[in-house]
Amino acid sequence: MPKLQNVKKVLVIGSGPIIIGQAAEFDYSGTQACRALKEEGLEVVLVNSNPATIMTDVHIADRVYVEPVNVEFLESVIKRERPDAMLATLGGQVGLNLAIDLDKQGILREYNVKLLGTQIESIKRAEDRELFKETMEKINQPIPESTIVETVSAAKEFAREVGFPLIVRPAYTLGGTGGGIAENMDELDDIVSKGLLYSLIGQALIERSVAGWKEIEYEVLRDADDNCITVCSMENLDPVGVHTGDSVVAAPAQTLSDHEVQMLRQASIDIVRELGVRGACNVQLALDPNSYRYYVIEVNPRVSRSSALASKATGYPIAKVASKIAVGYTLDEIQNAVTKKTTACFEPSLDYVVLKFPRWPFDKFVTADRTLGTQMKATGEVMAIERTLEASLLKAVRSLEIGLIHLEMPELKALSDEEVHDRIHLIDDQRLFVIAEAFRRGVTIDEVHEITMIDKWFLQKIMNIVNMEKRIKSEPMTEDLMRAAKKMGFADVVIAGYIGKTWQEVREMRKGWGIIPTYKMVDTCAAEFEAATPYYYSTYAEEDEVEVSDKKKVAVLGSGPIRIGQGVEFDYCSVHSVWALKELGYETIIINNNPETVSTDFDTSDRLYFEPLTIEDVLNILDKEKPEGVIVQFGGQTAINLAGPLEKAGIKILGSSVESIDRAEDRERFDELLTSCNIPRPKGHTVFDTEGALKAAADVGYPVMVRPSYVLGGRAMEIVYNDDELKYYMTNAVKASHEHPVLVDHYLQGTEVEVDAICDGTDVLIPGIMEHIERAGVHSGDSIAVYPPRTLSESVIKTIIDYTNRISIGLEVHGMINIQYIVRNNEVFVIEVNPRSSRTVPFLSKVTTIQMVDVATKCAMGHGIREQGFRPGLQLFPDYYAVKAPVFSFNKMSNVDITLGPEMKSTGEVMAIDYQYSRALYKACIAAGINVPHEGSILITVADMDKEEACEIAAGFADLGYEITATGGTAEYLQSHGVKVRVATKVSEGSPNILDEIKEGHISMVINTTNHGRDAERDGFKIRRSTVEHAIACLTSLDTARELQHVMSAMRRRRVVSIVALQDLAWEG
Amino acid sequence: MRQVGRKGKLVLKDGSVYRGTLYGKRNAVGEVVFTTGMSGYQETLTDPSFCDQIVVMTYPLVGNYGINPEFNQGRRCFFQGYVISELCDHPSNWKNEQSLEDFLDEQDVPVLVGVDTRAITRKLRNYGVLQGVIVSEEMPQEEVDKLLALPEVHDQVAKVTTPEIYTMGEGKYHVAVMDYGIKQNILNYLASFGCRLTVFPAFTDAQEVLASQPDGIFLSNGPGDPKDLTTVIEEVKKFIGKRPIFGICLGHQLMALANGCDTYKMKFGHRGINHPVKDLLEHKVMITSQNHGYAVDEKSLEGKNIEITNISLNDHTIEGVRYLDHPTFTVQYHPEASPGPGGHEYLFERFIKMMGGR
Repeated sequence: MPKLQNVKKVLVIGSGPIIIGQAAEFDYSGTQACRALKEEGLEVVLVNSNPATIMTDVHIADRVYVEPVNVEFLESVIKRERPDAMLATLGGQVGLNLAIDLDKQGILREYNVKLLGTQIESIKRAEDRELFKETMEKINQPIPESTIVETVSAAKEFAREVGFPLIVRPAYTLGGTGGGIAENMDELDDIVSKGLLYSLIGQALIERSVAGWKEIEYEVLRDADDNCITVCSMENLDPVGVHTGDSVVAAPAQTLSDHEVQMLRQASIDIVRELGVRGACNVQLALDPNSYRYYVIEVNPRVSRSSALASKATGYPIAKVASKIAVGYTLDEIQNAVTKKTTACFEPSLDYVVLKFPRWPFDKFVTADRTLGTQMKATGEVMAIERTLEASLLKAVRSLEIGLIHLEMPELKALSDEEVHDRIHLIDDQRLFVIAEAFRRGVTIDEVHEITMIDKWFLQKIMNIVNMEKRIKSEPMTEDLMRAAKKMGFADVVIAGYIGKTWQEVREMRKGWGIIPTYKMVDTCAAEFEAATPYYYSTYAEEDEVEVSDKKKVAVLGSGPIRIGQGVEFDYCSVHSVWALKELGYETIIINNNPETVSTDFDTSDRLYFEPLTIEDVLNILDKEKPEGVIVQFGGQTAINLAGPLEKAGIKILGSSVESIDRAEDRERFDELLTSCNIPRPKGHTVFDTEGALKAAADVGYPVMVRPSYVLGGRAMEIVYNDDELKYYMTNAVKASHEHPVLVDHYLQGTEVEVDAICDGTDVLIPGIMEHIERAGVHSGDSIAVYPPRTLSESVIKTIIDYTNRISIGLEVHGMINIQYIVRNNEVFVIEVNPRSSRTVPFLSKVTTIQMVDVATKCAMGHGIREQGFRPGLQLFPDYYAVKAPVFSFNKMSNVDITLGPEMKSTGEVMAIDYQYSRALYKACIAAGINVPHEGSILITVADMDKEEACEIAAGFADLGYEITATGGTAEYLQSHGVKVRVATKVSEGSPNILDEIKEGHISMVINTTNHGRDAERDGFKIRRSTVEHAIACLTSLDTARELQHVMSAMRRRRVVSIVALQDLAWEG
Repeated sequence: MRQVGRKGKLVLKDGSVYRGTLYGKRNAVGEVVFTTGMSGYQETLTDPSFCDQIVVMTYPLVGNYGINPEFNQGRRCFFQGYVISELCDHPSNWKNEQSLEDFLDEQDVPVLVGVDTRAITRKLRNYGVLQGVIVSEEMPQEEVDKLLALPEVHDQVAKVTTPEIYTMGEGKYHVAVMDYGIKQNILNYLASFGCRLTVFPAFTDAQEVLASQPDGIFLSNGPGDPKDLTTVIEEVKKFIGKRPIFGICLGHQLMALANGCDTYKMKFGHRGINHPVKDLLEHKVMITSQNHGYAVDEKSLEGKNIEITNISLNDHTIEGVRYLDHPTFTVQYHPEASPGPGGHEYLFERFIKMMGGR
């Protein structure tokens, strides 16, 4: 029983959708928290709007509310559930901010809800800059000279006093939104004005910049008895100036003497004690590389991205322990889950080096500013474990899945020495690759250090890698050299490239010499105590301590780092697959490298291998473990891409075969399949060059959808309307070749429908059908999806069932299949088939109450759908509606166009559920952070071809009492069709114009589509970006606008807040 | 400058062999122990308590921030040998004055590099500490066996203690420090708390020590089996009740023996800087620096007027006691840290208070 008496029911706040700065780490921490609380016999009530999470599974919490995470909805949940306590420090900044709001509005007091763990006073003292400053001054902890401003002029005044560079940090924001380093008055003006807007309390901290100093972090845990431990120290390779979420980070700290380590550790503990934290806390410090001077730069009194990293780096389950502390345990009363003998009150000792490398979305946002600063830009990260820094770094690079297998970027080869030298100055995502390239060109460590301030110790490691490359290239390959290269982390395929062999030949060569990896355990204690944790990493050492069992077993490949197009939903699938396999009595093995996830928790699978997901790294594990086979269909494209090579290496792929995957992904073979099944698809061709593309377009007719084959998340996918645009695309957007063909399809406008089905080879189970609000052309991941469908006729539904059956059986799918259809004039076309788990599976599983991954996994293992107790075919539609809406992180990415198109841009998703369709959609909008205005002026500026549609929408909004603002042609058109319009000045017509109106807050929402042609888009681009900067809703699809107008109309006289627990749906469904 | 290493090996008494690259001129013969601290290799290297041991570092990267004399804990390194995974040849830190490799060379400590130190640690954890030798690869087995058969070395305290009396610090309290292999930071701590120190060689007569009119007596840490020190124990007995006494590590064990308690050799000891110790008086858990292979036997305290004040949270062994019949308290762990976490000043304050109360 919990130590705290009178606590029986606890409300846990989740962090909501995945956005830049708040990713999967809170699914990991939230899940651990819920479990830790349930272990204590507490009833757990969870609120989280993100369906793609394990924590929102009905068996993780007793009452799961997938509802918007805001004060109104939380109050409603509190009112219904009457929890006696609340845990807010495991749901990221969202949870923390909500706790403060709930407290401020008296809701906690009114319903007598006790806050568990760290208390409001402590949170405020860590979060409020002025209080924080006072607190630090009280205990003599140095913080950089600073001031808090609420106006730009105050910021300038401070700058005149202390000079530049200055760092700007808005208070109460996510991931440092709106912050930056200002070198002069103009930059200060710009950064402060934005920052004040993003701050929930309109405040920003301006402080002296310590850019270039070492950035060190400590993860601290403190209990109510004032016991305090640090779990881990971490050192950023990138000196202060780059957001820690965008920094490459090593654990433990590498370049600090014990004196420095202890000085900063003690500072962290003193701070946590003074704040009175009860639970986890992250402390970030800047250390002068040339003295013992340091500054405290940030404190987060909650679990964070860094604590997830520290947990996975050490094996110490911070979120779990923090939860136990919250219910009253002291550290020495909590068992060390790893050793099972010692307690949680100790500090982990590592006997390996951990490296975290961020995963940035610049492959998707090619126009985005790649510069790294105080604004975090990464969507995810990978972690690597090895016994040298070099090997850790190379493992991390291999794990990133950015098309690189080594610290070597082919496009840098083309640069001149001077260009390479110049690029060292750029602080961007490629910096380490540029440094390696510079070393190859003879630039010295001293020079690079002078420019980057990166510690020479780290630079030397990069130099060691470059020197090893030279040795491999110039010396004859011997056993000793091979061993040295493998110890340093070089991949077989890299060595192969240098010595003119294939990776298979290198693999055979080294195996002949007995050079195979050994596996070591992550055990929190550097082997001092026996541990039972099945958490392993590879290293080229003497002893392999991992004993292989003779049980029947299966390996599940994970999905790697969180990126746009492959998010936490695939981790959800991997975890469920493991659970299903365990149920079938298999020993389960997970291979993954993402520290933020539930799949990489040591108690998810029977064995966790924390490794890159490359053919070499995976084969090494399979060589050792010899499982019956590998499941690839739940790890997104990462795992699917390994299916072919694994099969070639003699590994059995469980579930749908490589042949099935290939038949779905290979254009010609897919066409054959559809033809044989008599299923129509938009006409299209595979082309290898521009000429072929033009010919294909002429045949299928414009507009055409173009994309490279084998893509996820619609990378480089576009709709083009004429030859010129097509030529531009073929020369600029893709590198077409025979290995990498481009698909040219006729673009069919119609309703997009998505189906996730499960097939056992004979029968097909269709849990549900989803209809998209946005017409085809907007990437399915960026569309709002509605379940069950609302506009499909019975004949269309019948056709969809029929096609789904035929394709699934035709492809011989064993497991999951995702099919996307377009419905146009009651005709159904297939546009895409993926014989694997899709992004919508967690959503659909939750709203249909069918655990799809479990069923699919069992199908893959030979258990039929009927055997599992399901009736094949489309399942009954429920009485409620569920809406999945995308969530974007545009405010973190300057210079990125927010217009929706075939290229996926969202970073996360939310779900809302209600018996009223309109309310479900409205709640989804709220949860997604779309700032839906209830009054004010709506700016409508649309492309010529959209004017007719826009007119109807404008009239609808006008009827609801909104003012309609429009410019130029749109205004004229609307007026001539009887819509009352306020005419505003276009951007190109001089100022003050529409941008000024947005800036001054006269516009509460924007509906914008643009004419095609790149030049015409500039005005639209500026308008759209300014909506992001000023946090107002901007709809770039008329479908969304129309639906929203209907919803606003339907909700006008209805209450908005209405909640439902998933457990209640299960009863009624 | 990097010396040319040769192939070398660590051979343990149970026959297991671990290969690596050997730097250094001599062989090493001694008890093989491991320490889990991730920082503080220099403090460990110069801690006299490691005298005659072959020390294995579990953290694989050693030497990252170089060497600076100000971190030394003893007048030199008393290790027999050193076993690590990677020796950093390009240290980087503003305090760096010498590379670890040069330091080891200068101190004549053989170091075996590139070894699977985790494998050795697992061995020692399972079998307990073992005798071992570091020799070059080509040494024939008979010779290795001969080295391994050498009798275990004793009387390390004689090697490490100060040859002469010296004084340090100025202040209100005069403390007689018995140097059994004291770490520099203990002296620094005492001095910083206002103590005037007279440091005595380990084998000084109690009479001579008491004759210096100290306000308190401090019994230091040091190497080896406390039971070897029969004459010292006799002298310690003479301190009992005469003055307030504070002991650390070996000092803690010697005081227990002097009070008729017993000590025993632990399986693989406690060596590292992450050891949780519960202070039963303050109801607090402290993370401590530790380095000991012997412990005071809890059973031997039965029937005596001695209170256990601190226990290890890991294995519940005794980490501190106070003597209810005389003003004495001792701890097994290292409150002076170096290396390791601080936060234990209150023990020194307690000692000062005891002297002030006299």
